[in-house]
Amino acid sequence: MEFTRRETLALGLGAAAMMVLPLRANASATDDLIAEFTGGADLADTGITLTAPEIAENGNTVPIEVSAPGASEIVVFATGNPVPPVAQFSFGPLAGSQTAATRIRLAKTQDVVAVARMADGSFARATQLVKVTIGGCGG
Amino acid sequence: MFQGKGALALAIGGALSLIAAGSVVADEPAKLVVNGEIEMVTETEAPAHLDAFDTIYSGWTFRTPETRMLQMDDFDNPAMVFVDQAAEAWDTVDGSEGKSCASCHGDVAEGMAGVRAVYPKWNEAAGKVRTLVQQVNDCRETRMGAEPWKYDGGKMVAMESLISVQSRGMPVNVAIDGPAQSTWEQGKDLYYTRFGQLELSCANCHENNYGTMIRADHLSQGQINGFPVYRLKNTKLNTAHARFKGCVRDTRAETFNPGSPEFVALELYVASRGNGLSVEAPSVRN
Amino acid sequence: MATGVKPRVKVPATVAAGETITIKTLISHNMESGQRKDKEGNTIPRSIINRFTCAFNGETVIDVAMEPAISTNPYFQFEAKVPEAGEFVFTWYDDDGSVYEEKKTIAIG
Repeated sequence: MEFTRRETLALGLGAAAMMVLPLRANASATDDLIAEFTGGADLADTGITLTAPEIAENGNTVPIEVSAPGASEIVVFATGNPVPPVAQFSFGPLAGSQTAATRIRLAKTQDVVAVARMADGSFARATQLVKVTIGGCGG
Repeated sequence: MFQGKGALALAIGGALSLIAAGSVVADEPAKLVVNGEIEMVTETEAPAHLDAFDTIYSGWTFRTPETRMLQMDDFDNPAMVFVDQAAEAWDTVDGSEGKSCASCHGDVAEGMAGVRAVYPKWNEAAGKVRTLVQQVNDCRETRMGAEPWKYDGGKMVAMESLISVQSRGMPVNVAIDGPAQSTWEQGKDLYYTRFGQLELSCANCHENNYGTMIRADHLSQGQINGFPVYRLKNTKLNTAHARFKGCVRDTRAETFNPGSPEFVALELYVASRGNGLSVEAPSVRN
Repeated sequence: MATGVKPRVKVPATVAAGETITIKTLISHNMESGQRKDKEGNTIPRSIINRFTCAFNGETVIDVAMEPAISTNPYFQFEAKVPEAGEFVFTWYDDDGSVYEEKKTIAIG
């Protein structure tokens, strides 16, 4: 993936234009997606851990880790991305833990949200704000 | 770590807060040890020819803990997947002579140990200083009868990384005297020449202002002991010449091309500023 | 982009029976998001790896549904229980229909 300077500028302008309105729209898009996943059930705020850097050195590659002991599934959303869903982890009988780490793209500073479906059918949510900085020289 | 410099205390305060903020994910690794076995020198006494600093620092020391951690295990370092690809190319016959790299050099781990550390290097037959990339292409053309690879193309940067891996942990030690001296002097001149509408030389950022922020980024000393570099920004391997080109472009100047005599000379000079740091390539930077 | 795709997997060669191990996987892939435009302004079509699975002796360890927000050269780290000697199978599913597979055998020792 390589962007020329001009493309990057254009992307930035596009993102800036988008930010004015759909910020709220995207947040609610995530809420809708979560409701779809949970069937509207209540979300506990314990039992799941989402680890992400407070400041990402580059939004193109942000390390995250999700962990929810006893969960059958964990879904991750990037609320500020044009398309909020990031990944859905389903843990099988041979999972050593309900933990997974990966690297994700964040279009801008935003909340990353993880929701776990527990073995008993309940749900839990964790949220982490990640600040995405604009680099220095061509960064 | 480079935070030792008293004069830079203010700038470094900013750096520290960045590092502290990132510690949610990774504890700050103070020492670069790759795979738990290759100990890297990321901070050492500046080489004798360099008057500007007492201490030289690898670019690794300027990055956030998360980025630094990526370089500490070959299964976390995304560059290594391209090194694997180059390892296949090493054994693959190409060109009219029916040879692969391995035909002459054997196992890459033995044949290429220590090579990265001394390049760019004077080549007697060619009568000039050659970069590692130029040497690879000379092999391809004259010994293998194969087409040269693009100077900073994907195949070449992967091969340069594979060769560099065989020298990881060894100190950079490029020769700057003897027949290489005039090229080195030319590189030094370029380093201190202001380019572009912004009228910036390499030294303006990487010598006078390392440790400070340039927008949201942390200016390093511009050492190239970690090149080729996997950048999180463009998620691929990047050559030193591509970085030089990017820097000169950012001064709003017409740049030299990768592989040009100017950048060959500059690579020799910049490499020599890191004599004593470990070969880290392929490193991970933002 | 189905050319030059290469997986890389880290699994210990031997473990104690019943032990939990950490597995790291990486595969080279552009993960074209479908959000970018080319120089002519046309949208570059999405082309990503959309699913990754790891199974041991036929039993699932992890099954990941992936979206374009997963970074280029997708990386995963997770843990697996190893009840007996056997074989890990890692599978990546590409939008273009390609399937990339990597296998690692593990001994009890």
